[in-house]
Amino acid sequence: MDECQFFVILFKSSSYAVQAERTCRKAGINVRLVPVPRELSSDCGICMRIHSADREATEQAMAAGRCDFERILPFGREE
Amino acid sequence: MEGKRQVYFDNAATSWPKPPEVAAAVSSFISDVGANPGRSAHSLSIEASGVLYDARELAAKFFNLADTQRCIFTLNATTAINLVFKGLLRPGDHVITSGVEHNAVMRPLRALERGGVEVTVLNCAPYGHLDSEAVEHAIKPNTKLVTLNHASNVTGTLLPIREVGRMCRAHGVPFMVDSAQTAGSVRIDMEADNIDLLVFAGHKSLLGPQGVGGVAIGGGVDFSRIEPLVRGGTGSGSEVEEQPNFLPDMFEAGTPNTPGISGLAAGITFVLSVGIEEIRAHELELTRMLLGCLREMPQVEILGDPDPETRVATVSFNLRGISPSEVGFRLDDEFGVLCRTGLHCSPATHKTLGTFPRGAVRFGLGYFSTEDEIDYATESLKKIAGDSN
Repeated sequence: MDECQFFVILFKSSSYAVQAERTCRKAGINVRLVPVPRELSSDCGICMRIHSADREATEQAMAAGRCDFERILPFGREE
Repeated sequence: MEGKRQVYFDNAATSWPKPPEVAAAVSSFISDVGANPGRSAHSLSIEASGVLYDARELAAKFFNLADTQRCIFTLNATTAINLVFKGLLRPGDHVITSGVEHNAVMRPLRALERGGVEVTVLNCAPYGHLDSEAVEHAIKPNTKLVTLNHASNVTGTLLPIREVGRMCRAHGVPFMVDSAQTAGSVRIDMEADNIDLLVFAGHKSLLGPQGVGGVAIGGGVDFSRIEPLVRGGTGSGSEVEEQPNFLPDMFEAGTPNTPGISGLAAGITFVLSVGIEEIRAHELELTRMLLGCLREMPQVEILGDPDPETRVATVSFNLRGISPSEVGFRLDDEFGVLCRTGLHCSPATHKTLGTFPRGAVRFGLGYFSTEDEIDYATESLKKIAGDSN
């Protein structure tokens, strides 16, 4: 799955998604909050989309900022 | 009445005026964002979630609460107090409080007492001071909570929360503080002050609008033991019909007052921009002046400690020979001085002070009160006192 262009990070609720987004942006990572893709979860909330290349930096930033998340999943294909 | 001015001395109930940024933030949220936070996933909803989160983070940092998600917003401090009491206390549990509490504390406790919760109300000295040692002596094996106000809404007397918190920590008993009368005008640090559950009101010294309060739940509190007061939609875990078991969603069912919370954030930002020490120093100066002016009047009986350092900017008093309601009415009607009279939702405090059921006249000063207003209000009082002689 390394060829995926994006990963999405799922959270328990929007409050955690926003916390992660604020934390990553402060760390200079280009992230975006988007609707949770239906194929990944039946939840009606939001998740954070990151570029594949930013996965490691994102996980480090979230760990440093004590951001809780549920799962990181590959999403979308290389174009 | 010709030349009648208006002086607002009811800040202990609701602070007013607010910094202009507060109304601007409320208005801006309604006009420019408006959407439901945490539910839908369109751009305005995400923006609303951001507004809510930023306010939560600001409030958490303001009280030195490490985990932002443990800051819960409610309708007001009363709801937050009910959430903690009804969620935490079970029949057979013991709770300790003081004799100078607001009915926001006493009424839910008395209801729980009828259901089998054991309630100890500690006597306070005539000025409303509490001996922190008395709290320690009252702790029993079944004590599940100690709850105190940070300052009385009648006398403004500050209670020794840091010392009591230290004792509670030593005994492993959670300590709740009702900061309705202090948050925004006296520094509160949940770590340094040993507070486990900090209840706050948004519409008083935090300078937010009415309809916002909350409770900051310290990291040492097992929140899973607190039953939610309200259950319902949270926008999270929508596939299940059980309430989420994580914060803040567990205690925040239903659409929040996001415009109000946005205004609260603007209020806290204003407080931070002025500086809490500066606000405290200014209010202390105003309190010193008011106490001095009142002491010059032989007909005035001041409730509580005459030392301003022991208080927040709330001063209750009586004019001998005139009922508090008459004084309050004449202050408003003839002089435009707006204050609160009666028992201030705190019969326990008035019983402690010996002013039950008569009550008192309360001047609740705030950061925007001025020395000129104090001069005017006390001169007005002198005229009322003079007429009654």
